[in-house]
Formats: sequence, C-alpha cells, structure tokens
Amino acid sequence: MTDLFSKFDPLIEQRAALLSTGVTDPFSLVMEKVLSPTVAICNGRETILLGTYNYMGMTFDEDVIAAGKQAFDDFGAGTTGSRVLNGTFDPHKDVEAALREFYDMDHAMVFSTGYQANLGIISTIAGKGDYIILDIDSHASIYDGCKMGDAEIVAFRHNDIEALEKRLKRLPAEAGKLVVLEGVYSMMGDVAPLKEMVRISKEHGAMVLVDEAHSMGFIGQHGRGVAEEQGCIDDVDFIIGTFSKSVGTVGGFCVSNHPKFEILRLVCRPYVFTAALPPSVMASSATSVRKLMQGSNKRAHLWENSKTLHKGLRDLGFQLGTDEPQSAIIAVIMPDLERGAMMWEALLKEGLYVNLARPPATPAGMTLLRCSLCAEHTSEQVQDILGRFERAGKAVGII
Amino acid sequence: MTDRSEMFDKLKELIEPFNKKGVELSEATSFAGDLEWDSLTVMDFVAEVEDTFDIVITMNMQAEIENVGQLVDAVIKLTD
Repeated sequence: MTDLFSKFDPLIEQRAALLSTGVTDPFSLVMEKVLSPTVAICNGRETILLGTYNYMGMTFDEDVIAAGKQAFDDFGAGTTGSRVLNGTFDPHKDVEAALREFYDMDHAMVFSTGYQANLGIISTIAGKGDYIILDIDSHASIYDGCKMGDAEIVAFRHNDIEALEKRLKRLPAEAGKLVVLEGVYSMMGDVAPLKEMVRISKEHGAMVLVDEAHSMGFIGQHGRGVAEEQGCIDDVDFIIGTFSKSVGTVGGFCVSNHPKFEILRLVCRPYVFTAALPPSVMASSATSVRKLMQGSNKRAHLWENSKTLHKGLRDLGFQLGTDEPQSAIIAVIMPDLERGAMMWEALLKEGLYVNLARPPATPAGMTLLRCSLCAEHTSEQVQDILGRFERAGKAVGII
Repeated sequence: MTDRSEMFDKLKELIEPFNKKGVELSEATSFAGDLEWDSLTVMDFVAEVEDTFDIVITMNMQAEIENVGQLVDAVIKLTD
C-alpha cells in the first residue's frame, strides 16, 4: 500500500529539523486570554499583538459586541443552513445593506469567509474558454478559485503594468477576460498600481476584480480601499472583501454594480453549498461596517503608527519589504527560515507577537516577520515594540 | 511550420541563462527534476519564451509541460 502521506515527508522533515533546534513552534501559538485588540496573554505572558490584521481594533468595540449579543438573544446561536434555503435571517440582509452603503454600490453578497468569496466569485464568473489574468503573487484563495473553475489562467509578474498589458494584447480579442488584482498585497504590504492596471484591462475588454481585504476601513476617502484612493473604483467590476480584518469579525463579501449580479446567489457553489454565518456575527459585522464609515480619526492614527514603526525599524537596521510604508502591514525580511524562527521566538519572549511567514506563502522564497498595525496601538506601544525589536534583533544577531 | 530541431535550438538558447547547474540539454531534460527550477525561475523563463515568440503559455498548459521536448511541441503549436 502506498502511504498517501509520503508526499508530506519533506515538510515533516523540515519541521522536525526546525523544532529540534529547541525553537518554539511558530505555528501553534495559543492566546489564553485576549485583553484588548492589541494585548493578549500568551504562554502566561502579557503580549502586544502586532500580527492580527485587526487594523481598526473593532473586535472589542462596545457597539459591535452589543449588537452580537442582542442577535444571539433574538435569533439563536446559528443558522443551520444555506443562505438560499433557511440560512438568511434579518441580520444577513442588514449586513448586505450596510456594505451597499459603505461602498455605494448596487449589490452585496456575503459569504462565510473571504476565502470562500474569492473561491466562489472567481470560479463561477470565469468559465470554460474564458481567461483569468492574475498577478503572480496573488493570495491562495485567488489561485484556488482559478483551480476550481474551468478558465485558462495567465499570470504576470508582480505589479508589472507592462507584463499585464503584453498578455492582454496576446489573448483572443473576443474571449471573456477577468483581471484579478489586489489593493494591498499582504505579504510585503505593498500597494498595486490599480489606476493604470484597471485602465489597461478595460481598454482590452476585460472585467476587473480587486481584492481589497487589507485596505478596507482606512485607505481611500471613505475607506473603500486602494481603488478609491487611486480614483478608479468606478471602473472596478467586483470588489472582494472580508470581515476578518478591519471589520473585526468573520465573513467575506463581494460588492458590484453589475446589473445581473444577483443571479450569483443561485449559481455560486461556495455560496450555496455551505452554512450561512451565525446571526450574531452578521449583526456585529453590520454595526462594525457602519461605524467604519466614520472612522477618520482612527485612520489618521493608524497611518501615524505605520510610519513610526517603518522608520524606526529601518533606522535600527532591519531590511523591510517596502521603501516607504504603503499600508498597515510592514514586512521585516529575515535572512533565512531558521533565524526567522529564532527572531520570532525572541520577540515572543519579549512579549510581542508578529506573523512568521515563509514559503510557499511568501514571494521569492523569503522568510518574513510580518507586522500589522492597529489603530488602537498607542504611540507608547509602538515605541515599546521598537525597543523589543532592537533587543531581539541584537540577541539573534540580525542587526 | 517550424522545424523541430530548429525550435529545440532556439529554446536551448533561451534556457541557457537559467541553466545554473550547466546541465546537458536534451528533449528529455526536465525543468523541475534536472534543472531544479523553482516557481520563480519558471515564471521568468516562461515570460522570456512568451516575449520571444509573442505567445501566451497559460498556467493550465504549463502544468502539462515537464520537459524540454514537451515545451518544443507546445511552442510549435502556439506559433503555428
């Protein structure tokens, strides 16, 4: 008998080798208590959270929690069914209304996660004979959406406008085309040149989908994302987003002005064949989305945090993913996986949690310590974070 | 219709700059096994081939191309 698990042997060996150095497993952290959007207890130690994507700190917002509690009482714990059967409650319709208000768009469709939103929309709208043109550094959910559908997949070099244009030119003029882009790329925290890319895509008759998971709530005048910031949101056909970052809950969505959009509720399998989110999550999300519409003070503080951390880390001698801070993600490039894991552990012992990201999730085989800032991080916490990075970096010998 | 050996020579020329191990190239040479290319190298090489012949090699096609001979066939078909 062939052991179906033998294909995982290289990864099992790599993990064993890493853990044999005595380093704490970076992929099995437990938060024993969460005190606020920015502080938790991990291994009995008070830890500053700098890797949670909780950009706007909505997880502990009083109104968001109260709305969820009320929905628990009014609608029960779960839906036990699909959105198209028994799983659409009043809060599901309300959160879709909140999204239409937030983005000023005609249609909104809520999925159980952001992953499923990409999976569902991409695999459903691009079919056999159609082309999907995507950035090579796209998120796994975008690639999985491509794999699940029947379209032809064409990748272009990360953020390379010319590479996108060349490929669009070579495709059959009459074929259906979907260009898939992201506002902020989550590994390096860099922003896409959407204005140019959307224009070129439209010139070549393509529809455009932009994943704005990492920009919602704080990029663009109304927090609608990078497409809004760059003034091209009206030419974007589909925006994908998530509730598990700035909104502070869980769930995914797609908003669009396409006149036939609503038919997707019947043909999109990751929407139809899964249970709808609990009503408490929907009520919390609706409240959070509406509160994010008036969050400009928090936005300004988040940007200030991002700039301070970026400059501070660079001055300490760390190598960063971008020359300037472009989002609330700052990627610190590690020399290799082993020292990355050592640095991650040293930071954890200092009481600081960041994400350790490694191949295949990262571009160019890099190991990254990914920091995501929160509007609720105080200026003192950011200074504290820099001090911890300095001590850990010197202890591990990276700076 | 491009001659097969002519196409092989042209592709060999494009492969050489990426052939860091100096592997002797034949139609049976595999990209992952013999040349040990990672996904990044594959992307750069595919872009080079696409630009040279003004074609698009989709990821669906790339999944079927494991060795140089299969690439020769694919490019001949795409430029036909």
